[in-house]
Amino acid sequence: MKFLKFSSSGLHSDIESTTWCRIHFGRACSLLLESPELIAISRALCCIRKPNPRNRRRQHMDAKDILGLPKSFPGTQEKKPRQQKEPQRKPDGISREVYALTGGIAPLIPTIEVSHLKRRPVLDKEKITWQWLPFTNSARTDNLMLYHWVRVVNGVPPTGDYQFAKYNKSVDVIKYTDEEYEKYLTDSMWTKEETDQLFDMCERFDLRFIIIADRFPTSRTVEELKSRYYSVSRALLIARAPSVADVAGHPLVKEPYDMAYEMERKRALSAVLSRTKQQEIRDTEILSEAKRIMESRNASKGVENVDLPDDHTDIEITEKGTHVESPSPSSNMQPSSTAVPSAAITENASTPASLRMLRVYLRTHALDQMVQAASSNAGPRTIIRVEQTLSDLGVHIKPKVPTKAVCAEHLELRKEILTLFNLQKQLQNKEAEVSASRDTSFTEAPGTPKRSYRGDADRPFVSEAVGFGGERMGKRDQKRKAPGRFVDAPPSPPQSKRPRKLKASDG
Amino acid sequence: MSDRKSLGLLMKKKSSPSSPLVGSEVARASRAWLGFFGQNQGQSKRLKDVEISFPIVYGTISFWLGKKASEYNSHKWTVYVRGATNEDLGVIVKRVVFQLHPSFNNPTRIVESPPFELSESGWGEFEIAITLFFHNDVCDKQLDLYHQLKLYPEEDNGPQSTKKPVVIETYDEIVFFEPSEAFFLRVQNHPAAMVPRLPAGLNLPPPGPPELVLEKKRGDTKDHPLVQCFMNFSEADELLKLAAARQQVQAHIVKLRRQLSMIDGLPQQSKAASGQ
Repeated sequence: MKFLKFSSSGLHSDIESTTWCRIHFGRACSLLLESPELIAISRALCCIRKPNPRNRRRQHMDAKDILGLPKSFPGTQEKKPRQQKEPQRKPDGISREVYALTGGIAPLIPTIEVSHLKRRPVLDKEKITWQWLPFTNSARTDNLMLYHWVRVVNGVPPTGDYQFAKYNKSVDVIKYTDEEYEKYLTDSMWTKEETDQLFDMCERFDLRFIIIADRFPTSRTVEELKSRYYSVSRALLIARAPSVADVAGHPLVKEPYDMAYEMERKRALSAVLSRTKQQEIRDTEILSEAKRIMESRNASKGVENVDLPDDHTDIEITEKGTHVESPSPSSNMQPSSTAVPSAAITENASTPASLRMLRVYLRTHALDQMVQAASSNAGPRTIIRVEQTLSDLGVHIKPKVPTKAVCAEHLELRKEILTLFNLQKQLQNKEAEVSASRDTSFTEAPGTPKRSYRGDADRPFVSEAVGFGGERMGKRDQKRKAPGRFVDAPPSPPQSKRPRKLKASDG
Repeated sequence: MSDRKSLGLLMKKKSSPSSPLVGSEVARASRAWLGFFGQNQGQSKRLKDVEISFPIVYGTISFWLGKKASEYNSHKWTVYVRGATNEDLGVIVKRVVFQLHPSFNNPTRIVESPPFELSESGWGEFEIAITLFFHNDVCDKQLDLYHQLKLYPEEDNGPQSTKKPVVIETYDEIVFFEPSEAFFLRVQNHPAAMVPRLPAGLNLPPPGPPELVLEKKRGDTKDHPLVQCFMNFSEADELLKLAAARQQVQAHIVKLRRQLSMIDGLPQQSKAASGQ
């Protein structure tokens, strides 16, 4: 390692520096054999140098030098790895530089198949030649013979018609006789010659009316020409059909060409296409205005349904909720959702506003929302107490069969339990008050065995027998101690010392 | 505005042998106008303060494959959403998407027609996300349910049997608040729906002719091959327990209130005593 060599110039031999190191580290480190520690040290030393995968063994050598360990294969050590690497470096088929791109290591999965690189095309299949041969085109009427290159397989030229002959399609233009014309097709606006010319042109130009209109001797518009053509065809169809019902399905019969409509449509289209930029802007403005009006109309309907005190945020929410084209359709999340703005809304209505917002929800979700709303001013400890009470009473914390009735009952039960806790708290406070005032007034009121709910407050329903049976005991107590006093405490020993004092003083 | 008229004309459903030219710009503009007019009618008529609910049960049933089980294919399971009384949910549900563990190929499975279920085989337990999409006249929003697939029974009582499946079902109700009138009329007499008492004064138009039931597949699960495994959910038990619990709590409350009122009387007494 270069940095450990204390010579400033590179001319000093390695032996000198390593000797120095050997003196200091040699003894301690000679205990380090070919060990992971050695490799770790050499690796650590390597970090300072640029890692070069080819030099791993060389690094090991340097580390060993420094530590003064005997080199394992003296003499031929340097040459052998180099020899081994030389053939490694030159894999067949690929140039050295290309191989180096992969990091100089052979890929785990062989990706470059050397055999693929210099492949000759398979020669033992069919024999293919290209020949300059004449061909005929069935679409032609004049039997012209042209020549082209043809791919010949095994001496057999391809069969079949000229491949583009199939595209030679034309329109079937109905032909009428003079009698038919006399009978069905006379029209005030059109002479027979004109009609004949029209039909002839239709045939020639494959119903390309724009060209026909261009070349028509008398100036007629495209719509007029189309109208004449289609009405003639329609009349002929109907006339020739054995009954009207047969052709009723034919598109010409079902939807006849309406010249006035077509003209209007084209005019409208050109008007739309030729709108100026200003007009476009005006139109989009008007459309957005219309949208806003619709939205506000919907919103006002939505606000009517939700009777909350004027809460601007809620109105916005209803607008968003009823907005039909909401870009991101909100899905109804399960209880874990916090996106529903229920936290801020005080629950005065029978269904919280958040649920009214959702058009569809699950009953369990609704129950959770209402429970949350009901216990919004209760701390987490209280909630745990409520749940404990519920399980003591034998009720599932989340009802297994959440029908409407069950959910309502569940909710009511929870509310009642909360009321119970509140009352208990009030009672405690009142008692504390009373006992405080009693103490300060120094009166020796005949021992009123204080009931203290402190121990029991948290678990009133632990065992019904204790709770409700105790009442009887208390009453007996009462009769013993002081008539006229009321006691309905369970016979648990009073927690505070004061009652005991009073009892003692009673004596 | 003449432009409006022209746009209206353009959208008139008349096709003729002439070439239909509708530029995309024109189509967009005219669609916007039609939307503007169309919103007025349609589904904005909602029944206020009315809710209609559909009880459903969703869950999984899993069978051990027994001898045919391999390391990566030990159980055959089915996840499904059904009506609680095995009625056809196709009346409201358009399709159900089951999102499975990514190790399944095509983990997003879509079931387009009732019965809405999916059977697969595998070895692992994971959470399946079930998304219900409703018909257009029912609701635009989708509803998400989550269910944990269980393959192995709770109590580890020895060897599994191929006959006894592990059935985990959850009961829930889909509630539609303020449904649109059209939807309500369509489903109010369907056996899968639970229609509560309607508020007085609600004037519904008389129901039209009964919906023509076309010759499609039965969507209800009353004769489903796994119907034996379906659990029964009765609210009676739950109601009883709840009623009993409420009674207890109410009694306790009454007691406490009495005590409170008594205590409120006490300080006067003690003060009176001290005064003596």
